[in-house]
Amino acid sequence: MARKTIRSIPQERAPMPVLDAAERATNFDEVSLGFDEPNALVECERCLICPEPACVAGCPVEIDIPGFIQKMLKKDYHGAWDTLTDSTFLPAVCGRVCPQEDQCEGVCAVAVSGGLEPVAIGRLERWLGDKAVKEGWKKKSHIETNRFKVGIVGSGPASMACAADLAKAGCKVTVFEALHAPGGVLRYGIPEFRLPNSVVDAEIANLEALGVEIRCNTLVGRLFTVEQMLEEMGFDAVFVGTGAGTPKFMDIPGENLNGVLSANELLTRCNLMHAGDFPKFDTPLEVGRKIAVIGSGNTAMDAMRVSKRLGAEEVHCVYRRTEAECPARQEELHHAQEEGIEFHWLTAPVELLGDAKNNVRALRCLRMELGEPDDSGRRRPVPVPGSEFEFEADTVVYAIGTSPNPILGQTSNIQLNKWGYIDTDDELATSLAGVYAGGDIVTGAATVILAMGAGRRAAASIRRYLGIRDSMSVYEPEHSGFENTLFGIDMSEKNFVHLRQI
Amino acid sequence: MSSSETQGSDPAAQPGQDIMPNDEMSNATGFPIVTRTDFSETTFLLEVEHPQMARAARPGQFVIVMLDDHGERIPLTIADFDRDKGTVTLVIQAVGKSSREMQARCQVGQTLFGIAGPMGIPSEVSHAKKVICVGGGLGVAPIFPQARAFKEAGAYVIGVVGFRSASLVFWEEKFRSVCDEFIICTDDGTAGIKGLVTQGIETAITTHGDIDEVVAIGPPIMMRACAETTRPHGIKTMVSLNPIMVDGTGMCGGCRVRVDNKVKFACVDGPDFDGHAVDFDDLMARLQRYRPQEAAAMERYSESCKRLLVEEEVR
Ligand SMILES: Cc1cc2nc3c(=O)[nH]c(=O)nc-3n(C[C@H](O)[C@H](O)[C@H](O)COP(=O)(O)OP(=O)(O)OC[C@H]3O[C@@H](n4cnc5c(N)ncnc54)[C@H](O)[C@@H]3O)c2cc1C
Ligand SMILES: Cc1cc2nc3c(=O)[nH]c(=O)nc-3n(C[C@H](O)[C@H](O)[C@H](O)COP(=O)(O)OP(=O)(O)OC[C@H]3O[C@@H](n4cnc5c(N)ncnc54)[C@H](O)[C@@H]3O)c2cc1C
Ligand code: SF4
Ligand code: FES
Repeated sequence: MARKTIRSIPQERAPMPVLDAAERATNFDEVSLGFDEPNALVECERCLICPEPACVAGCPVEIDIPGFIQKMLKKDYHGAWDTLTDSTFLPAVCGRVCPQEDQCEGVCAVAVSGGLEPVAIGRLERWLGDKAVKEGWKKKSHIETNRFKVGIVGSGPASMACAADLAKAGCKVTVFEALHAPGGVLRYGIPEFRLPNSVVDAEIANLEALGVEIRCNTLVGRLFTVEQMLEEMGFDAVFVGTGAGTPKFMDIPGENLNGVLSANELLTRCNLMHAGDFPKFDTPLEVGRKIAVIGSGNTAMDAMRVSKRLGAEEVHCVYRRTEAECPARQEELHHAQEEGIEFHWLTAPVELLGDAKNNVRALRCLRMELGEPDDSGRRRPVPVPGSEFEFEADTVVYAIGTSPNPILGQTSNIQLNKWGYIDTDDELATSLAGVYAGGDIVTGAATVILAMGAGRRAAASIRRYLGIRDSMSVYEPEHSGFENTLFGIDMSEKNFVHLRQI
Repeated sequence: MSSSETQGSDPAAQPGQDIMPNDEMSNATGFPIVTRTDFSETTFLLEVEHPQMARAARPGQFVIVMLDDHGERIPLTIADFDRDKGTVTLVIQAVGKSSREMQARCQVGQTLFGIAGPMGIPSEVSHAKKVICVGGGLGVAPIFPQARAFKEAGAYVIGVVGFRSASLVFWEEKFRSVCDEFIICTDDGTAGIKGLVTQGIETAITTHGDIDEVVAIGPPIMMRACAETTRPHGIKTMVSLNPIMVDGTGMCGGCRVRVDNKVKFACVDGPDFDGHAVDFDDLMARLQRYRPQEAAAMERYSESCKRLLVEEEVR
């Protein structure tokens, strides 16, 4: 095959249908409909199969992107999926929620040197992930069980990845989740129209198929402590992935007025408790007429788009920086704009004003302008003197970030850093022997793919700690030439043959 | 925690007091109700089997109950726990849709869909030598484990509980067994002294000049009255706050309360706070947030059940 050039590839991205903005803003159906097979193949054609692919380095878990795309071109979809899932456990999830423009697609040669739109890597990934779910593809792992028990605290993406790796290494894995349904932010945070519950359910089912036991309604720290897991309950190692779920407030006057809530509360009531279906489900959620959401990250976008779908007439975003600094995924921002959400950049609330019945009625805001760059390199917003104005709203939602969940810190001797996140070394080991941590509880709020990568890294450390030597490091061939087998063992099983180090 | 030196990586081989048998862990979904007692038309007790929780529970903590997967997450204080029997006890006042539904549906032999906990920071059982434990309304049952804990810590315990009338009184014997003095107050004077629990507190403070601490649990209005009663005497007063909650794990911020002019999350920073520092107006206003929706749900529920309307709430 002649090497493709930027001229020879399809210049335009293959179209991906989305629901009409006016229609979708009234329901919770998934907005992005994904590729069909012909379009997926057109998009694969756009990949230059670079010899030194930048996208692989741009992906936090280094998926072999040209590798899976090449297999797709040969219509070896199962093989492509195998390549993909060598690095990620949640392709259907990551393909939907990764900020690809900052990762693989952001460094794609088609865009960087070719000046075209990058290859839609995320959408291809999603297409394969969805196909695997539909066709029921499973990695047929031969799991040779050992006598180790590993306990996992939390059931977000970090925990799911760690649990899967350890189950494949033969450990008896139990996941403990405080809420009544597993999945972490994937369940309670990211709404249905962006990540359908059925996708999360499928990933959880895969985990259970590996023999992982999931116990909901279990608040670790209070029902039993991390120390007790090791000392009394017989776990040989523990992974903590409790996330950074505690919402921040700004400490400005009026925050406790009724009608003021965190995006987490709004999203939890809606996604986890199905308040959108009140009264069929019992949890209520009041949506006002005019909603102001403070902040403009993914959480803010989700809160705004959920509000719109719950029937708010006007939804406004109030953010103290500009659109250029908006931390949300680009696609979410565009979708939000299409759905009629109004953005007020360079605007900072300083007080919330209430009515006689203690309900919020307005925000007092300041206009900002950009000043000198701060530590993060972003230009710091500074108030414009005398620019105060009132902004009417009957619901105010805070989406200005989160802080670490305090429960484990309160109940164990695990060492925290000065912000309350769990302190770990490079191997993700905490101050307690046998206890590892990863995901948002270590890094602060980040992304699904980073949490998942951390979960896998911790699983590798736990395997080393337990002395499980796996063939991944022992038998990996130094010279390629074995395409898919290795001493007659399927490569996809390379994780699962292991020796116990005495 | 464990003192056993032989504890290796395979504890199944060494059963011991602290080790949790595996079968015990197997009922994490579906928690059997083993006892139910109805104290009055609106108040009832459920004893639920959950050995692990019975072992972990401390006075002042609460659980979140879900009746089914469509239900609300309902926070309820652990009113008692029995480590030998492996049960926790909840006393519930049927005030709205979910609690009425629990009253109608929770029978012995059935299971709860979910019960998570124990949540919250356990009450600090201080070294106070003389304490008054006050319970009113839905706070009567939850004050019991506190009174018992103080008694076990060697304190002189004065129990003060309030009911509307004699027919609603429950757990009198239970309280007397852990209290050195026990005062019942009723609104109509049909039992004990006629009046509010604050009168009981006043009486106790006057007879004993050396009260170290007061612990009060009940509707916000009652807890505020208690705090105001003790404020002039400078007696430390702890209250247990019951704002609207969703997850109970510090994730939503719906339970935020104002204490000492700072925002606290009752589910993870509390539920116990210094009653003299709590902003009760804020708490009471926030409890009204979902009034219209709650009323609508109740109405729909009442209609569908053809039940009598709930009697006036005790708040
Ligand atoms: C609304 C929203 C939208 C987002 N959108 C995106 C996006 O588009 N793309 C992206 O990449 N990232 C997104 N993120 C960020 C991403 O979801 C998180 O970075 C990721 O989920 C972190 O995973 P985690 O496993 O560390 O923790 P989490 O997903 O937070 O899971 C932690 C779990 O642990 C449980 N837990 C906590 N304490 C205990 C305890 N003591 N005992 C038992 N269980 C406990 C919690 O209930 C929770 O289920 C979004 C986040 C939010 C909130
Ligand atoms: C820490 C804590 C401990 C509690 N302990 C007990 C107890 O031991 N026994 C008992 O009978 N009740 C207790 N409650 C109150 C109980 O949770 C509510 O009465 C119950 O949720 C009401 O639900 P409903 O649908 O029946 O009534 P609704 O009609 O929904 O509401 C009736 C009133 O209950 C309050 N309420 C509603 N939803 C919640 C919620 N999710 N969380 C807190 N309050 C709410 C509101 O003020 C509302 O006005 C406790 C509450 C908290 C926060
Ligand atoms: S996981 Fe995310 S970053 Fe990696 S290739 Fe997929 S979309 Fe790109
Ligand atoms: S109940 Fe959600 S933070 Fe307390």
